[in-house]
Amino acid sequence: MTPITVHTGTMVPLDIANIDTDQIIPKQFLTGVTRQGYGKHLFHDWRYLDEHEQVLNPEFNLNKPEYQGASVLITRENFGCGSSREHAPWALMDFGLQVIIAPSFADIFYGNAINNSMLPIRLTDAQMDILFAELAKNDKLMLTVDLNLQLVKCADHEFDFTIAEHHKHNLIKGLDAIGQTLEHADAITEHEKRLADWF
Amino acid sequence: MAKTLYDKIWDAHIVSQVGADILLYIDRHLIHEVTTPQAFAGLNDKGRKVRCPEKTVATMDHSISTRSLALDACGPANQLQLQTLLQNCEDHGITLYPVGHQKQGIIHVMAPELGAILPGHTVVCGDSHTATHGAFGALAFGIGTSEVEHVFATQTLRQSKAKNLKVEVKGKLPIGVTAKDIILAIIGELGHAGATGYVIEYCGEAISALSMEERMTICNMSIEGGAKAGLVAPDNTTFEYIKGREKAPQGADWDAAVAYWETLYSDADAQFDRVVTLQAADIKPQVTWGTNPGQVIGVDDAIPAPTDFTDAVTQESASKALKYMALEPGQKLSDIAISHVFIGSCTNSRIEDLRAAASVAQRGNVVENVTAIVVPGSAAVKKQAEAEGLDKIFEAAGFEWRLPGCSMCLGMNDDLLKEGDRCASTSNRNFEGRQGRGARTHLVSPAMAAAAAINGKFTDVRQYEEQV
Repeated sequence: MTPITVHTGTMVPLDIANIDTDQIIPKQFLTGVTRQGYGKHLFHDWRYLDEHEQVLNPEFNLNKPEYQGASVLITRENFGCGSSREHAPWALMDFGLQVIIAPSFADIFYGNAINNSMLPIRLTDAQMDILFAELAKNDKLMLTVDLNLQLVKCADHEFDFTIAEHHKHNLIKGLDAIGQTLEHADAITEHEKRLADWF
Repeated sequence: MAKTLYDKIWDAHIVSQVGADILLYIDRHLIHEVTTPQAFAGLNDKGRKVRCPEKTVATMDHSISTRSLALDACGPANQLQLQTLLQNCEDHGITLYPVGHQKQGIIHVMAPELGAILPGHTVVCGDSHTATHGAFGALAFGIGTSEVEHVFATQTLRQSKAKNLKVEVKGKLPIGVTAKDIILAIIGELGHAGATGYVIEYCGEAISALSMEERMTICNMSIEGGAKAGLVAPDNTTFEYIKGREKAPQGADWDAAVAYWETLYSDADAQFDRVVTLQAADIKPQVTWGTNPGQVIGVDDAIPAPTDFTDAVTQESASKALKYMALEPGQKLSDIAISHVFIGSCTNSRIEDLRAAASVAQRGNVVENVTAIVVPGSAAVKKQAEAEGLDKIFEAAGFEWRLPGCSMCLGMNDDLLKEGDRCASTSNRNFEGRQGRGARTHLVSPAMAAAAAINGKFTDVRQYEEQV
């Protein structure tokens, strides 16, 4: 994993609740056997006016000139609900989004994001309202996430956020979760010895 | 200390404490073609092996044709993915039930049929509907591909504990109301994300009375309320289902197993973080009107208006959903014409589901301009249904009878809807574009889906039951 401590970038807003992983990356793009190349299909149904991805939808925020180059997505509650497809964070990151800020995330998506060194940051509804309002005033506003200090900084605002200690540790160090678990190989073997054969 | 069923299973699977979390041992790892290629590639890159191939069950379900057994029937990309699974299973010594095998099927239908899922197990799969297996009193949840790789390599997952939510459904279920209606009513009550961070235990008279197939329907959709997993405490219904199946314990092992399984229940004074109670008598046949499973009403309720909801975010979601679904507040479901019917998916493709649909289908014919397909959940379900003559009933009424797979639940094959199509579907997700770009999905029970097929619009199945 790539270590990540501080991230600074511009934002793109999607003021929509319950954005599901089918919407983030529809099923017709799940036939791949690698982790690469999903970015061009990100938000396919919303981003393109045609199935062949020839005509961009000018109304969709990711296509608007003012949001080009954004690396932080700000959105609403229950982001990433539905399917467990890890293609969702792969597509978001391949597109260039490194940080997702929302009031809440679906559990599986949240874990998948962390496992790909993408930062899912939870702020309150009121704090999200402030970010949306600030961005509406200045669409090139920079936002900084400091993972060490657990702070989001934007305009004159500073919001702290919570993250599990081991998630933070792994993100900052860029650690391989499997390698860490394999340090417990003896305990795993001990557990297996205790299991009845029929189990 | 008094424990919930979830607490008991959790405690029995702690390998070691890691910081504030634990390493949770995984007893069964279910895999399919879509969410594993990158996990196997990750293992291979690092020279790691699958630790317990014998605890891993593999099938092909998501990207296969329901018209042909050929692996290339849905194009070269799907074919490559299926062949990659074949190769990976061979390389790592995993038993695969491929297309055409008599035990192949949707992973959440065929694994229980094998007897692979036992009470007290932990079960994971790179698929959010893994919650299905909670019906056996197993802690079962969906994971991402990085976690699939982690389970391959270590047979464990690093986890933090979820909270306990008890959902009790009191009393007896009215005639014509099914397990699908119970779970849709529960999600309607909790909201689409209302159970996020919880493991749900379903209990109460109406739940205890359900068959294993029905309990699987309930637990399957736990994720649609945001829950980590759903559970039903094992009982004689569970034991009878498992007994004699290929991978079930035999002889003296069976007695030891039952003795253990009988300890798997929530203690009378166990503490739940939250309790939700529904009265079975209040539940009607359910139909979703929106673009998430929490946007659901009884069949005789009117389509709601955004102003019926209190907070701004829910109002905005309702507005957006009504627009996408091309519905008006106040409309009656019985006035809404459908173009397609899909009976299938890991939610509702088991033998009892097909029997329920067939009993309605035999009352009429699929109306003109409606396309209706029935996709059994597994080769075993298909065989059983054909032995009972259900395929003939469906075909005589104008339904198409297909080969087993995930099919139109997500449309990774050619079972897709077109823009503007409106489908009564027994599947689990009514998200925008789920069954095809611009297509509209209404989630219903198998009987309600069959009734919609022969009437061309949503029809209250209770009228049929009352005629009997």
